[in-house]
Amino acid sequence: MAETATTLPPTQRAAKVDVRTLLTRHGAWIALALLILVNLAITPNFATWQTLNVNLTQVCTIVIVGVGMTLVIATGGIDLSVGALMAIAGALAPLIFLGKLFPLPHPAVGIALAFVLPVLATGALGWFNGWLVTRLRIQPIIATLVLFIAGRGIAQVFTNGNLQVFNLPSFQFIGLGRVFGIPFQAILMIVIVAFAAWMLRRTVFGRQILAIGGNERAARLAGIPVASVKQRVYLISGLLSGIAGLIVIARNSAADANLVGLGMELDAIAAVAVGGTLLTGGRATVVGTLVGALIIQLVRYTLLANGVPDAAALVAKAAIIVLAVWLQRQSHR
Amino acid sequence: MNTTSLKLFQGIGRYGVLLALLALIVFGWLRYDNFLGAFNVLSVLRYNSMFALVALGMCFVIITGGIDLSVGSTAALGSVVSALLSPYGVLPGLLGGLAAGLAVGACNAFIITRLNILPFIATLATMLAASGCALLLAENQSVSVSYESGFTELGQGDFLGFPVPAWIALIAYLVGSLVLNLTSFGRTVLAIGGNEDAARLMGLPANRVKALVYLASGGLAGLAGVILAAQFGAGQPIEGVGWELFAIAAVVVGGTLLTGGVGSVGSTLAGVLLLGLIFNILNFENGLGWISLSAYWQSVIRGAFLLLVVAIQARLSMRTEEPA
Repeated sequence: MAETATTLPPTQRAAKVDVRTLLTRHGAWIALALLILVNLAITPNFATWQTLNVNLTQVCTIVIVGVGMTLVIATGGIDLSVGALMAIAGALAPLIFLGKLFPLPHPAVGIALAFVLPVLATGALGWFNGWLVTRLRIQPIIATLVLFIAGRGIAQVFTNGNLQVFNLPSFQFIGLGRVFGIPFQAILMIVIVAFAAWMLRRTVFGRQILAIGGNERAARLAGIPVASVKQRVYLISGLLSGIAGLIVIARNSAADANLVGLGMELDAIAAVAVGGTLLTGGRATVVGTLVGALIIQLVRYTLLANGVPDAAALVAKAAIIVLAVWLQRQSHR
Repeated sequence: MNTTSLKLFQGIGRYGVLLALLALIVFGWLRYDNFLGAFNVLSVLRYNSMFALVALGMCFVIITGGIDLSVGSTAALGSVVSALLSPYGVLPGLLGGLAAGLAVGACNAFIITRLNILPFIATLATMLAASGCALLLAENQSVSVSYESGFTELGQGDFLGFPVPAWIALIAYLVGSLVLNLTSFGRTVLAIGGNEDAARLMGLPANRVKALVYLASGGLAGLAGVILAAQFGAGQPIEGVGWELFAIAAVVVGGTLLTGGVGSVGSTLAGVLLLGLIFNILNFENGLGWISLSAYWQSVIRGAFLLLVVAIQARLSMRTEEPA
């Protein structure tokens, strides 16, 4: 369970384990454990299957997008366009399976295409982000700001800003389906997290991502194809945003281009930061992002379940982010 | 970049945005009746003055090499506080909104300079906190302002035939321009953005100046919130979403480099007007009836515009970098 942050160069072994190292290295896990204990003590009906499912479905999309964001941040970049890409995927899918874009030979074809085409489209836009960053050498925050501004507009233009309502169980399985009582989206999330964590630790691509984030110039001199690696990272972030967009509309039985993925970039970045990934790049943990998202969600749930208004939970979220990043800094002194 | 090419680059950035603004105005003047009529000009200025205030603060922050994501929700908080205080008169409403903005700015300054946290993440957190505070104070709904106290004059009134909010923005820009170009504070802001370590080694009070810059950005956002409340007659806790990115776009379009050290207050104003005019021209174009573009096209066109500008900037900087 102790997946410590993956670092390049290999983690220095601390000679002595003091409380501060423990707190900064495993702070996220400790915080999560504390939160669960507190909830077991004070929140009624906390230890139920339903509570688990509610909290898991709340974090699913944040974690899926957060995985892509973790990889992007690991290279020293940022992706502000994720929410807008979710809106594009969410607007495209109903247009496809409702047959508004082109005639469908068979409903099943429509559903299959509704899964594939939107995700490919957002993947292409992610690739475009990567192209701006690597070829035109535009700073990531500005390069992805372009699609942050234009992307939601594109989704709104597609749908003319209208709400698209549908009822299609075979498509909505991605957001509403259950396997052995576990929400399908949670399983999808776990698979994505596990795969990305493995990739970051065990594959050449993963090590290259961290090397670039650690020191881009050195990585280039060491012969790492910096541009191509970065390009692929933004592509992955785009693909994952598309999947998250499909989950959101499937869950709501409706696609609203004005709302799908709104503010997602901030939620994802917050989860990444709380999870222990270094925001300047070079040190990243995908499992940490999952833990970070769970912490933020559990704090909100704890406050709501105990009668604190949602707006106050926002203030608490802000405090957690600052605290987490501040603790992280202490370990780098 | 060497000095000559940097100057060239700055020059193109600075005059490029003015030329584009001029081209857009001439286009509108030739194509539409009443485009340069007093009514249209004054309403464009009235509406965009709050964005101009936010962008001015952002301009200073970006010149130091930082970023302030909290301005949108700070404006929302400012609008709620000033709406709540508006029954007591113009001054309490104005000062209340300003104080709310300064409070958020002080939080940013503390987190960034004392806790040494990246501006990006620090202001992301205060953005959430300010939004939460606005919702708590407003009890999750719009707070209507008092129409008896004269508070709405701050947004809807005119002074010497010119909208009051535009006066406020104009004065803020004049002061901002003087401060940046003629005071040691302004030169320190530029020095920090150019090279913070070097600025520190030269004995410049980097932390104090940075703290003041974030304080100013918060205050200006609070002021924008006051105008928002006065103009639309309500304090709006959920307004301001995306304002920060609009402001960043305006600053970048104005030729200010995001890496800091370079920037101009006047070009930022031109950037704001440029992005604002796109919406205005879209309205006129729909009025002509040839095409019917929904308001949603606005953001697509703005995004495309931003892309065009940064692509040109990137090209220029790449070309000037090569010989070095």
